[in-house]
Amino acid sequence: MNFSISLTVNGVRREIELDDPRVTLLDLLRERLDLTGTKKGCDRGQCGACTVLVNGRRINSCLALAVSQDGADILTIEGVSRGDQLHPMQAAFIAHDGFQCGFCTPGQVMSAIGLITEGQAGDDPERVREGMSGNLCRCGAYAGITEAVLEAQNTLTNSDQRRSA
Amino acid sequence: MMNFDYVRPATVAEAVAAASEKGATYLAAGTNLLDLMKGGVCHPSRLVDVTRLPGLDGVEYLADGGVRIGALVRNADLAHDAEFVRAFPSVAEALLSGASAQLRNAATVGGNVLQRTRCAYFYDAPSACNKRWPGAGCDARHGENRLHAVLGWSEACIATHPSDFCVPLVALDTVVEIEGRSGRREVALEALHRLPGDTPQRETLLERGDLIVALRLPAEARGFAAHARYIKVRERTSYAFAVVSAAASLRIEQGTIREARLALGGVAAKPWRARAAEQVLAGVAPDAAGLREAARIALADAKPSGDNAFKIELAQRILVRALTLAAAGTPERIPALPGSPFSSVSGVHHVA
Repeated sequence: MNFSISLTVNGVRREIELDDPRVTLLDLLRERLDLTGTKKGCDRGQCGACTVLVNGRRINSCLALAVSQDGADILTIEGVSRGDQLHPMQAAFIAHDGFQCGFCTPGQVMSAIGLITEGQAGDDPERVREGMSGNLCRCGAYAGITEAVLEAQNTLTNSDQRRSA
Repeated sequence: MMNFDYVRPATVAEAVAAASEKGATYLAAGTNLLDLMKGGVCHPSRLVDVTRLPGLDGVEYLADGGVRIGALVRNADLAHDAEFVRAFPSVAEALLSGASAQLRNAATVGGNVLQRTRCAYFYDAPSACNKRWPGAGCDARHGENRLHAVLGWSEACIATHPSDFCVPLVALDTVVEIEGRSGRREVALEALHRLPGDTPQRETLLERGDLIVALRLPAEARGFAAHARYIKVRERTSYAFAVVSAAASLRIEQGTIREARLALGGVAAKPWRARAAEQVLAGVAPDAAGLREAARIALADAKPSGDNAFKIELAQRILVRALTLAAAGTPERIPALPGSPFSSVSGVHHVA
């Protein structure tokens, strides 16, 4: 049985035919839409490498059935920069060495963007660490990740203030 | 993962009909179910996707002071609902102490209640497990069992219920609204989960087709808002299930406890209400000796199911800690590390 779903992925509306209901959102992105920036780490919701934004909220795409996301707006790591201009979170990860091997980084960046949108952590490093605990980094770049999130939080808050001024 | 039939009903009645067939299971966010399906632990022949059912995703404040939480409300949305946090702070703290931000954004409150045990032998398909295969035996009983139950367990099963959310909910007399083949009914959350006995495969009193549509907290639960905490010991600072946890809610007048509500997590196959301990606290001052005595009473019937005798003492200490912190007063803001014994006061940093 085929399932027709419609998704907006990084701003582009896609009509998708699924021939199997078992396809996760993660596998749909990677295997069928060629968006391989989103990584498959554990595939069981434990590592956070597959984090994407669905309707503006960060979730584990490995634990979401694609067919159940019909109509959703998906943002992946491929959709956050503006051309060559990095998203402030990406720039902050580079500035603060928020990674070594880079495998967890797309999930870290998407999770961090989600964290700032949620607006619960503010500039408290303890709340940032707690809010990022769903993203594991086997290289142990956590100190740089926390610094990067705090800097990006600051940059994004200031640019919001400039826009509203 | 075995293949399945996927249906997305438009109404609750259609959902109940679709899920009444043998082998059918409800799908909400799927954060636990998909994991179980990937591991070959669950293999439903049909998934009934309830995520589009109308009217189940709101938090409704009732005229009598209670609150009705739709089954599809996401854990994060409830935990950050300002009015909910003010009225039921221990429930919000429990929600935020569980899982990760990604999972809380997806997972629903109905799914949280119905999540399955994290017993490793239940998850490991080749192991013997009476839940997965009634009569197969229990490899946990003489296996790696330091995290298993110390209350209410049986020779057939020593698994624990993993939810944080359910612990304060049970303490506060939450009611579960269920839509089933014969219409709507309500049960106390405390009665929803069953102890294993000889039938550990029957985890709740839900029957085929039954759909949890809402959870309801009674108005009286608001009376504890000034002295309510959820404290949870984990094996890492964040993003881990409870080794043991405790929800403590007190109503204190002129330095005396008038009423206490207590429940423990991580100790049994269900969230464990400690009524006898509640009774000894009524009318006493919240001093160390009184709290310790209440904790002793709460664990009086506990016995190790394996290498987990430490959990009996640990549960008492966590209960005393939760009571002590509750007596000191609900913090103005949920601490940076919700539920953590290491960050019990807002602004205190576990990592310097």
